[in-house]
Amino acid sequence: MAQPLIKKDDDRDEEADYSPFPGIEKGAVLQEARVFHDPQLDPRKCSQVITKLLYLLNQGETFIKVEATEVFFAVTKLFQSKDTGLRLMVYLIIKELSPSSDEVIIVTSSLMKDMNSKTDMYRANAIRVLCRITEGALLTQIERYLKQAIVDKNPVVASAALVSGIHLLQVTNPEIVRRWSNEVQEAVQSRAGLVQFHALALLHQIRQNDRLAVSKLVTSLTRGAVRSPLAQCLLIRYTSQVSAFSVEVIRESGTNIQAGDRPFYDFLEGCLRHKAEMVIFEAAGVITELSGVTSRELTPAITVLQLFLSSSKPVLRFAAVRTLSKVAMTHPMAVTNCNIDMESLISDQNRSIATLAITTLLKTGNESSVDRLMKQITNFMSDIADEFKIVVVEAIRSLCIKFPLKYRSLMNFLSNILREEGGFEYKKSIVDSIVILIRDIPDAKESGLLHLCEFIEDCEFTYLSTQILHFLGIEGPKTPDPSKYIRYIYNRVILENATVRAAAVVTLARFSNEVDQLKPHILVLLKRCLFDSDDEVRDRATILLNEKDKDFLFGSLDVPLVNLEARLKNYEPSEEPFDINSVSKEVKFQPLAEKKAPGKKPTGLAASAVPSSGSSAPFELTEAETEYAVNVVKHIFYEHIVFQYNCNNTIPEQLLENVAVIVDASDAEEFNEVASKPLKSLPFDVTGQTFVSFQKPRGVPAAGKFSNTLTFIVKEVQALLISLAFCVPEEVDPSTGEAEEDGVEDEYHLEGLDVVVSDYMLKVGVSNFRNAWESMGSDCERVDEYDLGTRESLAGTVNDAINLLGMQPCEGTEVVANNSRSHTCLLSGLFIGEVKVLVRLQFGLDQSRNVAMKLAVRSEDEAVSDLIHEIVASG
Amino acid sequence: MCSGKTIGDQDSCPMVKNILLLDSEGKRIAAKYYSDDWPTNSAKLAFEKSIFSKTQKTNARIEADITIFQGNTILYKFVQDVHFFVTGSDDENELILDSVLQGLCDAVSLILRSNVDKNSALENLDLILLCLDEIVDRGMILETDPAVIAGKVSTINVDGAAPLSEQTITEALAMARDHLARSLLS
Repeated sequence: MAQPLIKKDDDRDEEADYSPFPGIEKGAVLQEARVFHDPQLDPRKCSQVITKLLYLLNQGETFIKVEATEVFFAVTKLFQSKDTGLRLMVYLIIKELSPSSDEVIIVTSSLMKDMNSKTDMYRANAIRVLCRITEGALLTQIERYLKQAIVDKNPVVASAALVSGIHLLQVTNPEIVRRWSNEVQEAVQSRAGLVQFHALALLHQIRQNDRLAVSKLVTSLTRGAVRSPLAQCLLIRYTSQVSAFSVEVIRESGTNIQAGDRPFYDFLEGCLRHKAEMVIFEAAGVITELSGVTSRELTPAITVLQLFLSSSKPVLRFAAVRTLSKVAMTHPMAVTNCNIDMESLISDQNRSIATLAITTLLKTGNESSVDRLMKQITNFMSDIADEFKIVVVEAIRSLCIKFPLKYRSLMNFLSNILREEGGFEYKKSIVDSIVILIRDIPDAKESGLLHLCEFIEDCEFTYLSTQILHFLGIEGPKTPDPSKYIRYIYNRVILENATVRAAAVVTLARFSNEVDQLKPHILVLLKRCLFDSDDEVRDRATILLNEKDKDFLFGSLDVPLVNLEARLKNYEPSEEPFDINSVSKEVKFQPLAEKKAPGKKPTGLAASAVPSSGSSAPFELTEAETEYAVNVVKHIFYEHIVFQYNCNNTIPEQLLENVAVIVDASDAEEFNEVASKPLKSLPFDVTGQTFVSFQKPRGVPAAGKFSNTLTFIVKEVQALLISLAFCVPEEVDPSTGEAEEDGVEDEYHLEGLDVVVSDYMLKVGVSNFRNAWESMGSDCERVDEYDLGTRESLAGTVNDAINLLGMQPCEGTEVVANNSRSHTCLLSGLFIGEVKVLVRLQFGLDQSRNVAMKLAVRSEDEAVSDLIHEIVASG
Repeated sequence: MCSGKTIGDQDSCPMVKNILLLDSEGKRIAAKYYSDDWPTNSAKLAFEKSIFSKTQKTNARIEADITIFQGNTILYKFVQDVHFFVTGSDDENELILDSVLQGLCDAVSLILRSNVDKNSALENLDLILLCLDEIVDRGMILETDPAVIAGKVSTINVDGAAPLSEQTITEALAMARDHLARSLLS
C-alpha cells in the first residue's frame, strides 16, 4: 500500500481506547468493497478496504457463501492495478477467501502471468496462491513453471515453490510432485539456507517410502556442508531414523552393537559443536533417544545440555531440563553430574522449569540429599499448579520406596501437603502414596495411619474418606495400640454423610472382630448406630451386631470373583436366596455337557448356564438408534451353544412382555434348538436377556447361519405407569404366552448371525511362547505361505489376522513398530476348550506394499492345525 | 496410509500450530492458526484466553519464555502491550520455535520502526498480516530472518520514507540500544 492506513506522524489524540477500526461492521465494509469496481482504481483506498476485510476475518467473522463470492469477484478486478502493495494484499485476501474450484478459473490467468513476472515478490506469491487454490488438471498446466521456480535463483521464489510442493504432496497431487525429484535435488545444493531446508524436507517426503534412497541421501549430506541450521536439524532427524533402521538390521544379523559402530554417531556428536543452538539441542535430543544408548555415547550430549541449564534464556533452560528429565527416567546415573545446576533451577521464575528440575532431582538424587531437597520443595509446592504437584508427589513416592530409611522426612512432607489446599486428584495421589508407603515400609505404618486419621477429620472428599476407613479397618487392628484409632472412626459416624458413616460402621466392626479387649466397647458404639437416620447404616449395624455372620463378613472370599459375578448376573429375584456355595470354586474352563437336559424348566436354564470363558464379544443385531436395541453374545460349550440376546427397549411409552427371539436355524444343519427362555417383561430403558440354546455334535467346530426375529407383546404405558410396571411386573403365563387383554403381539426383524470356526477358539495366553512352542513339538505342525495382496499398513494387517483367528496375542507381539517392514506375531488359544493351539505369523512387506504372510501352526491335533489353515485360506 | 504419512511428516518436519498477537487484555490483534486442533472460532478464543491468563503474570519482556499447555509447547514474548505467541507440538524442538518467535518479534519491530504497541500494530495491520504470511505458510516455516521478512513486506512502502531494507542497519542498531537500555533499567 502507499501508506499506512493513517499516517503515524499525523497528529491524533492519544486516547487510551483509540482504535483504527472504530465501530467496524461487516455490512458497511462489504458496501465499501464497491470501490474495487471503480474504473479509476485508488490503490490506497482499495488496500484499506482489503485490510478491513482481513481484520474482520481475523477477528473470527465469517462471510456467507454469497458474500465471499462477491468479494472474490470484486477483488479479481484489482489485478488491473500496477500498485505493488495492493497486489500483495490481493494475494493475501484470495488465500483467506479460499474460493471454490469453479471460481478459481477467473484468477488463474492473472496469477499465471504474475508467475512469470520479473518482480520476484510477484512470482513467489503467485506460486503460493495458485498452489493453494488450484487442483488437479490446472496443476499440470503450471507444472512446468513450478519446476522452473524450484531452481529459480531468487531464494524466495524457490522456497515458495518448494513449500507449495510439500503441501501438494501431502494433500492433493503426490504424483505430480514426485516428478520434480531432479529439480528438488538440485535445490538441496542451493546456497540459500532456507531453500536447502525446504528442498531437503520435500525430497525426504518424496522418497520416504524408499529406505535405501533416504539412507543414501542422508549419507551424502552428512559428509557435505549443510548451511542452514534448520536444514541441519532436519538432517539430524532423518539420520536418527536411518540409524534406527540400520541398528535393527545389525541386531537381526545377530551381532551386538559395539561402541563406535553406531552409524552416524560421529556425525551427531559433531553437531554438538555446531554454532547454532537449535542444532546442538536437536543432536543432543536425538543422541539421548538412541535405542540402547551407552553411557559413553550419552556423556557428550549431557555435557552440552548441562551448559544450557545455566543459560540466561528460559527457553534454553527449559529445553535442556526437559530432555534431561526424560533421560533421568532411563539413565538416572548419567544425569547426576547436572544435579548442582538442577538445584539452582528449583527457584527458577518459570515454574515449568522448576518442576522439571525437581522431578529430575528426585529421580537422580542420592540418600544424603533427600532432606535438603525436601526442604527446598516445601517452599515451592505452594505456588505451582495441581498437575505439577501430582508429578512431584509421584516422584516422592518412588523416591521413598528407593530409600526406605528416609521415610520419616518423606512421610512428614506428604502429611504436610495433605493438610494444604488442593483438588481431588492431587489429594488422591497423596493418599495413595501414603497407603503404598504404609504397605511397603513397616516402620512407617503407625505414623502413616495417624496422618490418614487426621486427614479424614477434615476431608471434603467422600471417596477418599471411605477408602481410608476401609484401609484403617484392615491395617488398624494389627497395630500395637488399636484403641487410639477408635475415636477417629467413631467421630466419622457422628459427623459425616451417610456413605462415610456406613464405611465407618464396617471399620468399627472389623476392630471389634479382631481385637477382643475392644469388643465390648465397640458393641456399645455399634448399637447406637441402630438408630441412624440412614437405611444403609442401620442395616450394616444390624448385620454386624449379629455374631453368626462374622465369618461370612470378614472371612476371605474363597471363590473366584469372575464366577461369582457370573452367578450374580444370572440370579433371578425369587423366594430362594442367593447361595454363595453354589458358586464354582474352579477357575478352569468348565465342560458343561451335562448341564441342560432338554425340556428342563426354562427358568432353571439361565441359572445353570454359568457362562464359560468361551463367550464372544457382543455383536449388534440392530442399527444404532432403532426402537429396540439388541445384541447377541455367543456362549460356546462342548455340546451346546447358547445365544444370549441383550435387548433394550428405547420407547418410553411401551412396555414389552414375553420377549423372545425366534431363531431360524435352517442354514445351520448341525444345530438343534433344545431350549429357549423368554423375557417376562421389558420396561423402557432396561436391558434384559433372553436365551436360546442349541445342541451340536461334541467336539466339532460346526458353523452355520442363523436368522433372528424378535417377538413380543406391546403394551402402551402412561408415563406415570412405567414406574409401576417396574415394581410389579404383570403376570404373564409362560406356558401360553398370553398377556393382559390390551397387549398387541408384534415382531421385529433382527440381523442374522453367524457361528464361525474362530468362535470355537478361546483366547488363552501362554507366558513363555518359545517354551510352549518347543514343548509342543513339530508332529502336528503345519506351515504355509499366503500372499495377502496390497495392504494399507502392516499394523492393520496384523490386527485383521488376529481378529480372524480369534486368538490371544502373546508377548506383546500384536504391536507393530512404526515404519517396520516385517513383523512376527505370536498367538495362542484353546480350540473347542480342549485342544491347545499355537500360531506363529510372520509378515513381510515389499516395495509395492504387498504383504506376504507365513503361517506356522502347532497344536495337539493335526486336524485342528489344518483347520486353522482353512480359516486363514477362506478369510 | 494417507493418515500414517501425515503423522510421519509431522514427526520429521518442524511445524508451527499457530501464531498469535494479543493485546494487554488478551484480545486478538492478529491470529493465524495452521492446525486443526482448534476447529471453531470459539475454540480458538478459548485457547487464547487460557494461554493469556496463564502467561499474563510472567515477565517475558527481555527474553522469550516458554510453557506447556494442553500438550502444546508455547513460546511467548511481550513487547509493550503486544503479547506474541508461537505454538508448536509437545515434542517440537523448542529452539526452532524460538527462532520463529524471534523472527516474528524482530520483524514486527522493524516494520513498526521500533514502535511496537497495540495501536500502531492495528494501524499497520496490513503489514502485520503480510509479515505473518511470510513467516509461516500453512504450518511450514518459510523464513525466520527478521530483516528478510521485513524486507519482503516493505517492498510495498514506496512513499517518501527510506525503504526499510536500507534502514535495517540503523534500525537494528536502534533496537539493540533499546534492548540494552531496557535491560539496564529493569
